[in-house]
Amino acid sequence: MTVNRPVDWHLLVSQLLNGLQLGLLLFLLASGLTLIFGIMNFINLSHGAFYMVGAFVCATVVQATGSLLTGIVLSLASLLVIGAAVEWLIARKLYQNDHLDHVLVTFGLILVFDTLAHIIWGPAGMVIPLPEILNGQVRVGSFVIPSYRLVIIGNGLMVGVALYILITRSRLGMLIRAGASDRDMVTALGVNIDRLYLVVFAIGAAMAGFAGLLIAPITEASIGMGNEIIIIAFVVVITGGIGSVQGAFYSALIIGILDTLGRSYLDDFLGLFLSNQAAETAAPALSAMMVYILMATILVFRPQGLFSPSGLRK
Amino acid sequence: MKLKMQRPQTGLLAAMMIMLPLSVFADSVKIGFVTTLTTPASVIGEDMRNAVNLAVEHLGGKMAGKEIEVIFEDDGFKPEIGKQKTDKLVKKDDADFVAGFIWSHVLLASSKSVLDSGKFLISSNAGPSQLAGKGCHPNFFSTSWQNDQTPMAMGEVLNEQGIASVYIIAPNYAAGKNMVAGVERTFKGNVVGKDLTKWGKDRQLDFSAELAKAKASGADGLFIFYPGSAGGAFLKQYQQAGLKASLPLYTVFTVDSLSLPKLQAGNIEGVLGSKSTMFWAPDLDNAANKRFVADFKAKHGNYPSFYAAQSYDTIMLINSAVNATGGDLDDQDGLRAAMEKAEFDSIRGRYRYNKNHMPIQNFYLREVVTDAAGNWTTSIVSTVYENHQDSYAGECSL
Repeated sequence: MTVNRPVDWHLLVSQLLNGLQLGLLLFLLASGLTLIFGIMNFINLSHGAFYMVGAFVCATVVQATGSLLTGIVLSLASLLVIGAAVEWLIARKLYQNDHLDHVLVTFGLILVFDTLAHIIWGPAGMVIPLPEILNGQVRVGSFVIPSYRLVIIGNGLMVGVALYILITRSRLGMLIRAGASDRDMVTALGVNIDRLYLVVFAIGAAMAGFAGLLIAPITEASIGMGNEIIIIAFVVVITGGIGSVQGAFYSALIIGILDTLGRSYLDDFLGLFLSNQAAETAAPALSAMMVYILMATILVFRPQGLFSPSGLRK
Repeated sequence: MKLKMQRPQTGLLAAMMIMLPLSVFADSVKIGFVTTLTTPASVIGEDMRNAVNLAVEHLGGKMAGKEIEVIFEDDGFKPEIGKQKTDKLVKKDDADFVAGFIWSHVLLASSKSVLDSGKFLISSNAGPSQLAGKGCHPNFFSTSWQNDQTPMAMGEVLNEQGIASVYIIAPNYAAGKNMVAGVERTFKGNVVGKDLTKWGKDRQLDFSAELAKAKASGADGLFIFYPGSAGGAFLKQYQQAGLKASLPLYTVFTVDSLSLPKLQAGNIEGVLGSKSTMFWAPDLDNAANKRFVADFKAKHGNYPSFYAAQSYDTIMLINSAVNATGGDLDDQDGLRAAMEKAEFDSIRGRYRYNKNHMPIQNFYLREVVTDAAGNWTTSIVSTVYENHQDSYAGECSL
């Protein structure tokens, strides 16, 4: 590999877009996670299962009806129901317990959802067929970008804006913010905290499902797909500041872009100091670690994360 | 123990019992089969299990008059679990043969358990260079290939097609590295870029960054190796990136009868016409293969994958050895000598074993086509290698 070649701007811009797309997907997952963690103080490992269910339900509906839109609507509706059911039947009873109980129960839920998916959909995984136009590319000047990647970016940004308006402009958002920074006071003021929790949990589940159905046309709906990404989503939550949707947004973008750029440029970069052979071996290992290195570095300087709702009590 | 011999018949019976080898009383041939039956990779494991069961059925459930008992174990796609399950098969079940193994890293972690116990180890898929070279063993056999061979054949194909430069993308594990080494060994052009991506349970499935790099590199061709469901994900993104015309795709172990039906359901037409190399194809013309493919399709509705073909052969190889010793499973030398001859009708046609017990066999160029029933499948275009030997046999001291 040549090292001293000029920077390829085309490539850099494509990689930034790829990073943005990954970051926005992470944000969709992490925003629900951070709300549930920040407001209910509840660690929900099964958030990744919602991501998987979203993909499978959408794939099933699209394959049956041929309509992507129907798939998305039904998938989101079913996740609102599933999220609410999990909150009502399981999570609600555990808010007072410590985090270890949360981890145990929600890990159990992962196994339940994974096994159910295996029984219902089989081990093979499912594809979401895309309409011809989304399987193609968009040309902007001399750039050629896969159109579906733009769909993901557009939807991610749209949900981000909608969430921002919901949280900063609506009454529900006010309660969510209040709940994240001082739970006891919100209860003391007579707010129906049970209903707030139910709504937040259901919205979080639906957003995880949305992320799942967005990624499935690129990869596929497969068992355990959420368990692969949930770890990174937790990194996003912790780096961004627990309970902060704004923090989740920025840290998801930083992590998405860092991860993508690491995968694209690290071997060239290491090639400056190491032999090609060594750089080739070290680059994949190092790029897999970069996200965690970033988290550790940020936590050294800001233990509460990049953004933290003021007065959040642990 | 007192044993009064009251009748001459009793004495005769006792004498017969002493004379007969002990193994006659073990009335079954026990085969442990390690594969992946959970995680998305279980698609491969299920296909292998179906093929093993079909082979047992074709043999009428018996080898040299003995019941065939196959014990399937799930490695969970993890080397440490694969090793645990192998230990169980060796120690608790006391299997006569341990076979299976999709993944090179799982096989490498498990091989010592089997070989140290003096049992036979047969790989139905993984072909890591270590076991073909310095680590070769008298009791290790393969019914697949050494990892490097298939990509080496692909390197030759690239040369023949006049491809001057390639970009390589493969997963970062033992087999991924072997595949890259294999294609680099025979390809005479320029490798303009190479990416090894994260593999294992939390493997990378979004290849946007790698595809953008491959496109920017200006290579004439793209070589990839993505087994299992990751292959489907890669091919979809390749299609979505619109690279078919500018960056033709050359694959090994990626486009198979497991990924093709799903790609067809997803309308990923970019894969039609793509080239891959392999020691076998569903349309390989020989009697054993025709019977295998027809019966497999009748039973399961889809074409068997190469994983299935190799697993079928594993059982047939064991059968040839057990028949050769007349069902005597303690005659290790006899079993080994019989397996070295490979005297059975393989689905790839007859092949020989090298001294490291890797098959010496043909490799073919395959292309994705639509069959008479409208299903996508792979079909043989030409023969790339005849009776090809792997490059590590020289390092084997057997």
